Amino acid sequence: MLNHLPILQVIVPLLAAPICLFLQKPKIVWLFACVATALTFLISVLLLQQVNVSGTLVYELGGWEAPWGIEYRIDDLNALLLLIISSISAVVMWAGHISLSKELNADRHLYFYVLYLLSLAGMLGIVATGDAFNVFVFLEVSSLSAYALIALGRDRRALWASYKYLIMGTIGATFILIGIGLMYQMTGTLNMHDLATRLPEVSQTRTVFVSFAFIVVGVCLKLALFPLHLWLPNAYAFAPSLVTALLAATSTKVAIYLLIRFTFSIYGLSFSFTTLPLNVLFLVLGVLGVFVASVAAIYKRNTKRLFAYSSVAQVGYMIIGFSVGTAAGLSASLIHIFNHALMKGAIFLALGAVVYRVGSVNLSQINGLGREMPYTMAAIVIGGLSLIGVPLTVGFISKWYLIVALLENGWWPVALLVLLGSLLAVIYVWKVVESAYFKPADSDREPVKEAPLGFLIPVWVLVIANVYFGLDTRLSVGVAQAAAAGLFGVTP
Amino acid sequence: MIVSAQTVLQLTVILPLLSVAGLIMASRRPNLREAISIITGVILFSLVVMLYQGMMDGDVLRVHWFDVIPGLGFNFHIEPLGVLFALIASFLWIITTFYAIGYMRKNGESNQTRFYSCFAIAISAVMGIAFAADLFTLFIFYEVLTLSTYPLVTHSGTEAAKKGGRIYLGILLTTSIAFLLFAVIATWFVAGTLDFTSGGVFNGQANPLVLSVLLVLFVFGVGKAAIMPFHRWLPSAMVAPTPVSALLHAVAVVKAGVFSIMKICLYIFGLDLLPLLSSTQFLLYLAGFTVLMASLIAMRQDSLKARLAYSTISQLSYIIIGALLATASGVLGGSMHIAMHAFGKITLFFCAGAIYVSLGKTRISDMQGIGWQMPVTMAAFFIASLSIIGVPPGGGTWSKWFLVMGSLEAGQWFLIVALMISSLLNIAYLLPIPFRAFFPNDQTDMVRGSMKEAPLPALIAIIVTTLFCLILFVYPQPLYDLAQAILNTAEASHG
Repeated sequence: MLNHLPILQVIVPLLAAPICLFLQKPKIVWLFACVATALTFLISVLLLQQVNVSGTLVYELGGWEAPWGIEYRIDDLNALLLLIISSISAVVMWAGHISLSKELNADRHLYFYVLYLLSLAGMLGIVATGDAFNVFVFLEVSSLSAYALIALGRDRRALWASYKYLIMGTIGATFILIGIGLMYQMTGTLNMHDLATRLPEVSQTRTVFVSFAFIVVGVCLKLALFPLHLWLPNAYAFAPSLVTALLAATSTKVAIYLLIRFTFSIYGLSFSFTTLPLNVLFLVLGVLGVFVASVAAIYKRNTKRLFAYSSVAQVGYMIIGFSVGTAAGLSASLIHIFNHALMKGAIFLALGAVVYRVGSVNLSQINGLGREMPYTMAAIVIGGLSLIGVPLTVGFISKWYLIVALLENGWWPVALLVLLGSLLAVIYVWKVVESAYFKPADSDREPVKEAPLGFLIPVWVLVIANVYFGLDTRLSVGVAQAAAAGLFGVTP
Repeated sequence: MIVSAQTVLQLTVILPLLSVAGLIMASRRPNLREAISIITGVILFSLVVMLYQGMMDGDVLRVHWFDVIPGLGFNFHIEPLGVLFALIASFLWIITTFYAIGYMRKNGESNQTRFYSCFAIAISAVMGIAFAADLFTLFIFYEVLTLSTYPLVTHSGTEAAKKGGRIYLGILLTTSIAFLLFAVIATWFVAGTLDFTSGGVFNGQANPLVLSVLLVLFVFGVGKAAIMPFHRWLPSAMVAPTPVSALLHAVAVVKAGVFSIMKICLYIFGLDLLPLLSSTQFLLYLAGFTVLMASLIAMRQDSLKARLAYSTISQLSYIIIGALLATASGVLGGSMHIAMHAFGKITLFFCAGAIYVSLGKTRISDMQGIGWQMPVTMAAFFIASLSIIGVPPGGGTWSKWFLVMGSLEAGQWFLIVALMISSLLNIAYLLPIPFRAFFPNDQTDMVRGSMKEAPLPALIAIIVTTLFCLILFVYPQPLYDLAQAILNTAEASHG
């Protein structure tokens, strides 16, 4: 059983999705989905443990030996990402039934659960697989279900947002496919491990350069790197709250994983960063992304959109860490991927609770909620503090490692910029705080009660995780550093 | 001793936090709630006294909780400067709670449980800062203090409170994240340690230019010390209820600022290194400029609390000067001034609050002739003013004496002149207030008739702090010994 964990990680949600169709009753489907996601989470924990004990796990699908068969390869990096994705999706699912009862007609609940599980399976598959073409397949699985999930949003603009995402996402996926195809043409293999050993022989050919360019651009579309981020704010703003929480916490992270996997493992550091000046490009785009998106966030009236722009800014931080091109920089990025999932998961889920009670997340509707929904708003405040990077929260840990990595590289002006960028976060977070605590409730909004316990529990689980992993960093930092060391070929 | 000194040290940080739970549970029973506050305060103070005695007997204490980042975590130790700060803060917490009971009830303030809870968290943060054994711990509690005092500053929830809170948080967070955090990480990177060490951590191998920049970043980064141009938050924070202004903005928050600067000067840079850095002189001038400028601005304020706020800004820079001078007298004067100014300024704020509660007056121009209505308050105001000015029989005499001595030792003529002029300005903006209260310009302003003093708990608080202003003049020996101990610790590396 334990030997099959890598494939079970993907198979469990993938099989759970069609089973939902047989259950029909929304509440039962929800319970089933909870069990399925919990099981998925458990598997990712076991996987991480196994990787810790015995190093990289290699699983041959159907017993076919790589590079002919498809191989699943789980090292520290994969295990970390699997853990993030499966844990957030499991926690978000707890709030599923309550949140959907307000946001979707009862006859559509079923679709939501099916798509949610499919999207989850797709993301887990991208991370777990060691085969480049398999990556593309799972990318499509997760993306197509994500488009549909976003289109489920009540607001009719959700359709338009989903359509825009569909166009951009498809372009991204196609680019990735073209890149993979060109690599296959040059090396005759699709296995990542195999690719990594064969590419250096042909690395000076134009085809390889082109394939690399296609893949990088495609992945950057997916991870919403500035200036390719335009699809993201609307998609997050109009999707059902739970979808936003899931996507914000996981989907861009998966794309960043791909970027890391392709640049570091497959093409190799010397090709990506020495032959091509990729690090300079990423550094500039990362810093620009932080500032442009943070400033944009300040002017948003819809809090979901506000935090969506903040997500684009946070991607900027991850890319800055990535662009440093050292093990320290990469682990700072990975730490932030972990931490940011916790922050944004907590914030968007809490916003879901606001939607549940108030029906809207415009700043004007949040006025006065500090009194009416104290626990929900407190969760948003703590999540926001974490976003700013206040000590005792995970955000502080991210910032610390990122700045140390930048200083080690002698990039102190960038370090200063990173800190200044986090001050912009103070402004947009405080806009929400001031609305909630200092403005009287709008007269046209009915007084509301605190969100139900079924909603508060998952929200506060994530909030407490924000604080806990801000104090005990052994898991997040330990695995991230091991993963980074692994990618740099140093045994930790 | 029943409990070990280690436990005592940790309790100082944990106890106020524990009391928050009690405060919340007792939120419907105000008497019990206030009793919890006072009892916690008394226990906390006795714990700090125990630490003080232990330290004077030569105990060395260090407590490690856990690491947050490998090599960096929560570490606490006792050292004379921290003990001094903790003694003042915990003692004045008790007094302020008494005062707050009178003030908040008479004023009919809402959300009192939140008020006392945030107060307790802030005190816990202050204890964390006082006993922090390294910069990392200090930074964490420094930020906790900022955030826990934000609800206190914006307590009234009005538009003015929101604006004040915005500036308060804006400046304190901006400086601490952009400068202080950067300096902390850079120090960690350059020196490889953040432990407070006698004689500093840099060991002479670092580039002096880098260190000069770091020093500037530290002094600006500790926005709580309110050196210009990062002083605006202090007047803004005066929208808070007066007990908050009194304890937090005359004692805990601002003293946490200058305390951090002293700690950084003494134990990160070290007394030998400081005078060699090129930025020290620049910062000394800036502090001298702040002393003068803030005094001048204070003269033009008609709101009593705003005037006191600017006076605080000016006085804080005295302490910064003491730390940056890095001479024996400078350190003595700076550390003694932390105590002297605390007692003097808290009395003045108490008086301002008492006048507001009893007479509803906040403008100085309205305070003509109120002397016979509030004789005790105005007499206390007079004595505390003397201490701030630095003339007998106020305790501030001693600290000013040493600060001027320190400037002389270092040959800083500009600073001597600045300190002297500032003292004159202090006279000009503080003394007319009690004077005009008893002898108004226009005799018809004189209000006769019955006394309208503040509620008894508030009045007791005022009398106690005033007495301390006097006692510290007559009997400064324990304080002097403590300051001497600070100096000895800082100079320990001389061997």
